[in-house]
Amino acid sequence: MRYEKSMVTPQAPVSEAAMASFADYNFPDERGHFGRFGGRFVAETLTHALEELDRVYRSLIKDPDFQREFDRDLAEYVGRPSPLYFAERMTRELGGARIYLKREDLNHTGAHKVNNTIGQALLAKHMGKRRIIAETGAGQHGVASATVAARLGMECVVYMGAEDVERQSLNVYRMKLLGARVVPVTSGSRTLKDAMSEAMRDWVTNVDDTHYIIGTVAGPHPYPALVRDFQSVIGREARAQCMAIEGRLPDVLVACVGGGSNALGLFHPFIRDEGVRMVGVEAGGDGLATGRHAAPLCAGVPGVLHGNRTYLMEDEDGQIIATHSISAGLDYPGVGPEHAFLKDLGRAEYTAVTDEDALRAFHHLTRTEGIMPALETSHAIAWVMEHAPNMDPEQIIVVNLSGRGDKDILTVARHDGIDL
Amino acid sequence: MSRLATRFAERRDAGSSTLVTYLIAGDPAPSVTVAAMEALARAGVDVIEIGIPFSDPEAEGPDIQAGCERALAHGVRLRDVLDMVATFRQTDTRTAVVLMGYLNSVEAMGSERFAEAASEAGVDGVILVNLPPEEAGPLRSELEQRGIDLVFLLAPTTTDARAQRILEQASGFVYYVSLKGTTGAGHLDVDAVRERVTALRSMTPLPIAVGFGIRDGASARRVAQFADGVVVGSVLVRSMGDLAGAPEAIPAAAEALARELREAMDAA
Repeated sequence: MRYEKSMVTPQAPVSEAAMASFADYNFPDERGHFGRFGGRFVAETLTHALEELDRVYRSLIKDPDFQREFDRDLAEYVGRPSPLYFAERMTRELGGARIYLKREDLNHTGAHKVNNTIGQALLAKHMGKRRIIAETGAGQHGVASATVAARLGMECVVYMGAEDVERQSLNVYRMKLLGARVVPVTSGSRTLKDAMSEAMRDWVTNVDDTHYIIGTVAGPHPYPALVRDFQSVIGREARAQCMAIEGRLPDVLVACVGGGSNALGLFHPFIRDEGVRMVGVEAGGDGLATGRHAAPLCAGVPGVLHGNRTYLMEDEDGQIIATHSISAGLDYPGVGPEHAFLKDLGRAEYTAVTDEDALRAFHHLTRTEGIMPALETSHAIAWVMEHAPNMDPEQIIVVNLSGRGDKDILTVARHDGIDL
Repeated sequence: MSRLATRFAERRDAGSSTLVTYLIAGDPAPSVTVAAMEALARAGVDVIEIGIPFSDPEAEGPDIQAGCERALAHGVRLRDVLDMVATFRQTDTRTAVVLMGYLNSVEAMGSERFAEAASEAGVDGVILVNLPPEEAGPLRSELEQRGIDLVFLLAPTTTDARAQRILEQASGFVYYVSLKGTTGAGHLDVDAVRERVTALRSMTPLPIAVGFGIRDGASARRVAQFADGVVVGSVLVRSMGDLAGAPEAIPAAAEALARELREAMDAA
């Protein structure tokens, strides 16, 4: 019952003008468009594979056996449902809204990423693919991909920017232990965007036997819809849990946004509940004014990259510009097209938090609740620290605690001037 | 008849095949590009594809990725690429010029402004690797109004039904991607390509050029036996990149490479 109607990729196009309320929200259209965003902008060689993926996905999500298999894996392998935890001490110290943490950090492998890799690995199995490839930034998606590949006995290759290989060495070793091959990508800016380009190059070469597990709600259609649907288990659970605990829906949902899969997973089941405010927090890096950040929704323009039209950080010639964030998982110049659409519609709002504020939030949550968040997640916590005190104590914030921070300990120590 | 159509028709009538070569504007240095284009034309190249350098060339192999990075290091912009074509056109009105790149470069300039500027510069065709026909409508009509062909790619994975739909929108020529892979890959199966090109020929009157993985006179000759055009890119880009330290030697090297290809194809 957790995977009912909302799992189905919406088919019918709805004009934006007709959307006086969000009760009719039903995107993307059959060509993968979220209004002017999304689509399928890829080299012709990949079109057939994407059409095939779309076809298989649409049929499997209606298949009760597939749903049962996915459901069982999430329960018995991932450990779902993840708790909705009332952060009592943090709430008291901030002195405002009641703060709940959706504990995706407690999932197997330590982040929300595994919800999607479980789903896509099942798709790959049904399509008869024997090889999995993935891109990764912080390494969480790479670990989650390597994990499901190990479990299914599939070959796994993970592309990772050479810079990220250095700053996320623990996750690199985890992937290797799981039997994956980690390929450092040295082209371009040597980060997540270049890893994604390199994964697409692998896929175009090995498309017959390989499934590309994109780790976020970006890429060519059907990935943005497919990843969102697999991640929407977060929001469906949170919605039911909040109703059970508080007897009503939350006032605000907060999540960090890199590509945007944990945010959309939380937001999507609430889009039609117009009273629920949705806040996505991008990586402000050294501050939006410095240009050294990774906040395309706050400071980007629409463009086309990695198969979809979305907000991008680019210069006036359309060249993608280098991004910066202390968190490798947010260090990406684009964002999922549905976020771009929700921004334009005004249904979700997007803001940015600097590296410094994210680090402060990392320490704060660790000390007040004994929960060490990922640096990505710390951006969402920082928003809560700033805004919860100004809210009414009757109000409810649900923040997606998208991942745990063990992987970031070396980065935090280095920042604090400690040599481990 | 358009310059592109004429270049294909002439070679076909002569019992040969059209030679298409690719280089990246501004690679390895902006001062080299026009001279290299002139050298290619002298060697018998019929169509010059000019790559628009892009920061994230996701369909390219290592050679063209490196070439894009070299050009971008010189700050080459789409505006500069068009200026190079315009300069080339001052002395050469015969060789067809096709811009090749990624959609974001064109979108950043705006479809209408781009089409206008390309027309003024003397561009004959445009290939955008990540622009599928389903999304191409507005740009295609802007280009069409100015007599510029929007060239589409077909791949080994393209189904017949889809090929039919693409061919209905295609103009200029059809670019058949010879292999599953990135540019410059090394696993060309000429017999499989021949079979597919023969099948496509029954579906379109347009000339069919074959690219990806053709790296020397021998492979160019084999493809020229059945294709209307042979596209050579990565090997030229690599040889130009290898001469980055001696840019004055690049036009002659490009000319020698093109001549070898031309002679091999004419012997086909």
